[in-house]
Amino acid sequence: MSDATLPDGWEMVVGLEVHCELSTATKLFCGCANRFGGEPNTQVCPVCLGLPGSLPVLNDAAVTFAMRLGRALHCEVRPSVFARKNYFYPDMPKDYQVSQFDQPTNVEGWLELPDGMRCGIERAHIEEDTGKSTHVGGGGRIHEAGYSLVDYNRAGVPLVEIVGKPDLSTSEQARQYVAELRAIILAIDVSDAKMEEGSMRVDANVSVRHPGEELGTRCEIKNLNSLRSLGRAIDYEARRQIDLIDAGDRVIQQTRHWDEADGRTHTLRSKEEADDYRYFAEPDLVPLDPSAEVVAAIDAAMPPLPADRRAALVQTAGVAGPIAAIAVERDLDGLALAAIGAGASADRVMTHIEHNLSDDAARDLDPERFAALVTMETGGELTATQAKQVLAEMVETGGDPSEIAAARGFEAMDTGAIESLVDEAIAADPAAWEKFVGGDDKVAGAFVGYAMKATKGQADGKAFTALLRERRAATGS
Amino acid sequence: MTATTTTASAIAAAVRSGSRSAREVLEEHLAAIEAREPELHAFNLVTGDAARASADRVDAAVAAGEDPGPLAGVPVALKDNLCTRGVATTCSSRILEGWLPPYDATVVQRLAGAGAVIVGKTNLDEFAMGSSTENSAFGPSRNPHDTSRVPGGSSGGSAVAVAAGFAPLALGSDTGGSIRQPAALCGVVGVKPTYGAVSRYGLIAFASSLDQIGPFANTVEDAALLLEVIAGHDPMDSTSIPRPAPDLRAGLHRGVEGLRVGVVRELTGDGIAPDVAARVTAAADALSAAGAKVTEASVPAAIYGLSAYYLIAPAEASSNLARYDGVRYGMRVDAPNTPDMNLATRTAGFGDEVKRRIMLGTYALSAGYYDAYYGKAQKVRTLIIRDFAAAYADVDVLLSPTSPTTAFAFGAKSDPLTMYLNDVCTIPSNLSGDPAVSVPYGVGDDGLPVGVQIMAPALGEDTMLRVAAALEATR
Repeated sequence: MSDATLPDGWEMVVGLEVHCELSTATKLFCGCANRFGGEPNTQVCPVCLGLPGSLPVLNDAAVTFAMRLGRALHCEVRPSVFARKNYFYPDMPKDYQVSQFDQPTNVEGWLELPDGMRCGIERAHIEEDTGKSTHVGGGGRIHEAGYSLVDYNRAGVPLVEIVGKPDLSTSEQARQYVAELRAIILAIDVSDAKMEEGSMRVDANVSVRHPGEELGTRCEIKNLNSLRSLGRAIDYEARRQIDLIDAGDRVIQQTRHWDEADGRTHTLRSKEEADDYRYFAEPDLVPLDPSAEVVAAIDAAMPPLPADRRAALVQTAGVAGPIAAIAVERDLDGLALAAIGAGASADRVMTHIEHNLSDDAARDLDPERFAALVTMETGGELTATQAKQVLAEMVETGGDPSEIAAARGFEAMDTGAIESLVDEAIAADPAAWEKFVGGDDKVAGAFVGYAMKATKGQADGKAFTALLRERRAATGS
Repeated sequence: MTATTTTASAIAAAVRSGSRSAREVLEEHLAAIEAREPELHAFNLVTGDAARASADRVDAAVAAGEDPGPLAGVPVALKDNLCTRGVATTCSSRILEGWLPPYDATVVQRLAGAGAVIVGKTNLDEFAMGSSTENSAFGPSRNPHDTSRVPGGSSGGSAVAVAAGFAPLALGSDTGGSIRQPAALCGVVGVKPTYGAVSRYGLIAFASSLDQIGPFANTVEDAALLLEVIAGHDPMDSTSIPRPAPDLRAGLHRGVEGLRVGVVRELTGDGIAPDVAARVTAAADALSAAGAKVTEASVPAAIYGLSAYYLIAPAEASSNLARYDGVRYGMRVDAPNTPDMNLATRTAGFGDEVKRRIMLGTYALSAGYYDAYYGKAQKVRTLIIRDFAAAYADVDVLLSPTSPTTAFAFGAKSDPLTMYLNDVCTIPSNLSGDPAVSVPYGVGDDGLPVGVQIMAPALGEDTMLRVAAALEATR
């Protein structure tokens, strides 16, 4: 397990670079299908294979998707220019990547974490993905491979790289940042953002310093395939750097590879070995200059974003922030607002959402019926336990709460029945009753337990305890 | 008159009317190739059987009452950097040995659609880098007017093919003069169209922002005919100008009465051989006599063109040629790991001039040098564009030599810098993106052809070719 706390007097500075594959029908510069999981090298053509003489033609849909993502991150959309990033790698067909360099499409935005913290976004630029190498034989790792196979299906898939500012100071914040970014991407429907399939890939820049000091030397960590890896790797890396400095050593700027199995980062290459990418404007493409109307149309079509949805729950229904965040994350905020709007208790609605509605099917729940259930519960017709059971069945079948309650024989006990239950409980354990009368409140739990057992959980615990206390007061007087 | 000395326009007219068969025309040209190709080496590959099949298809179409198109039965030679589906396309480089393109360049498709018969792939300086074809990995082509002389380059093979009567038309590519200079040295017409007028899809890139495909022909009218077929918007090339192919022949012979012609001061002085300069003066006089208003014009930044070009073109080339790494196609020299394999392949596969330019370009783009070299060269390019625009405020076309000298002997310019100076007059049009044509206009003291260059503003091919046709008529 990683240790999330740093030694006293140290803090970490984290900035994330997130690559997101856009879910356009076709690739960035050609008509090949943009689809995950095809047979190797079946979704290729002269353009995405970079064959001699081929030329790129920009996919307008990818630009629209990228601008939508930029606007969702509160970026300014600017005139932009594609650039070639030159370096040799076998999975890159042209041995240069078409990306954006000094004039990216989206600049200067921000992303809000569920707790309200704003993290700066430096830029969100468009680029093409590479193919995928599989190293066969040898030790399985890059430097030990016997030979390599390359699948170019992914080559030319449109990507947006979202470069965050180094505003994060814990691994938990980094995880929240990625989770929030993913929620935004899903809300605006520009990618399936699956970390495990690589359609969303995160690199973390980590450095450490004493508070108030200049930024330390950073290392970039790659191969973070889950939120768990991200958190573990950042914590490991910060500790590694602190240990180095404490030992009188210094941090060397490096790219490091996270190994999930051994829980460490390993040197991939140092800055001295890094490529000089020799960026220059891509002469085969023309500059982009989206009109104000185009950007306005993107804004107008923007669906509500997670932060707006959380705010709506907090403001409209007086719901607490963290619970609102859960509701939005599970895409149940619409249900909650509708049920509350139909008169259900916000408190009970949110309790159910937090504890009893984690199943995806809960999104299909009818808000009217959900509200009716909550009203039955608050009106005393159902106990909390009964309500939970009815709700589970509603999620499964979509049925009506009163019908389900009736079918299960859930009827509110009248006061007489509860009083007989109190009598029974006292008679069953006179010694405990003595203690209770003597002021020992802890034994009340034993009486409630008896009542629940006797009624197979159908008793209203609250009403039972109230009567029990009434009886004690009467005894005392 | 034999088929090999008549014009493309005449051949197409005869074939369309049924008075001659495409097959007969082709056989005459194949015979000419067979007779003189061993001596001249215009071609890397002659595709006789495929040419016969397409000639027969043209004849079948005519027999069926269909119109095969404006180039019906006209033999055309293609520079070997234009992709032809299933037919070796080498760029005269060992590194592409064995590669068969799976697609046709847009210009090749358009030629086929116009009824042309492709006879083969012509020799060039490796990856179009050179001015003599001496940089071809498969040996140089020879000038048909004097086989001890170079034909010029890089599209030397295409110029030779037209000059020797192997084909009435050929396509080349022009990045810094690679159509116009060999046209001048071989005594044929060569056109570098406006950047974006002809699709580059399927042209193997040398320097993407400068490369442009254009025609070789024996007459200005034939060049216009071929340009009409290959020009026009292509959605496969993002830099292709979105407008249809222009009608260039309708006004071709309207003369130059009232047109303003400017002789470029900066391109007619130092470094131009006197016999070449004399032919430019003669051309100016002839145009003046034909009714044009001839004046001196100035494009001051043009003198920096060569320096800017030898930063911009190699920079783009260093990136464009990175893909020849042995991984996917062409030559591979095996080695224990991928970077060593890349290195061994490129070391064995590229010739010296290509390596020189890759190194120049890599250096010009490197961190710390970009601003001083590539960045500054781009600023010079902007100045050249500005100076041309200013000159065209006063004149309709500009006149200069095409090449500073007539065809030179093999090995005469083995120093790269001396060789680079061949392109001093042609490079400015590539940097500005404007069109230019070389028209043969007499011979030099050595009896070898001299070409005169006519330049025009972007998309001014109609006026430019009109002046060229008028000049041609005064020969």
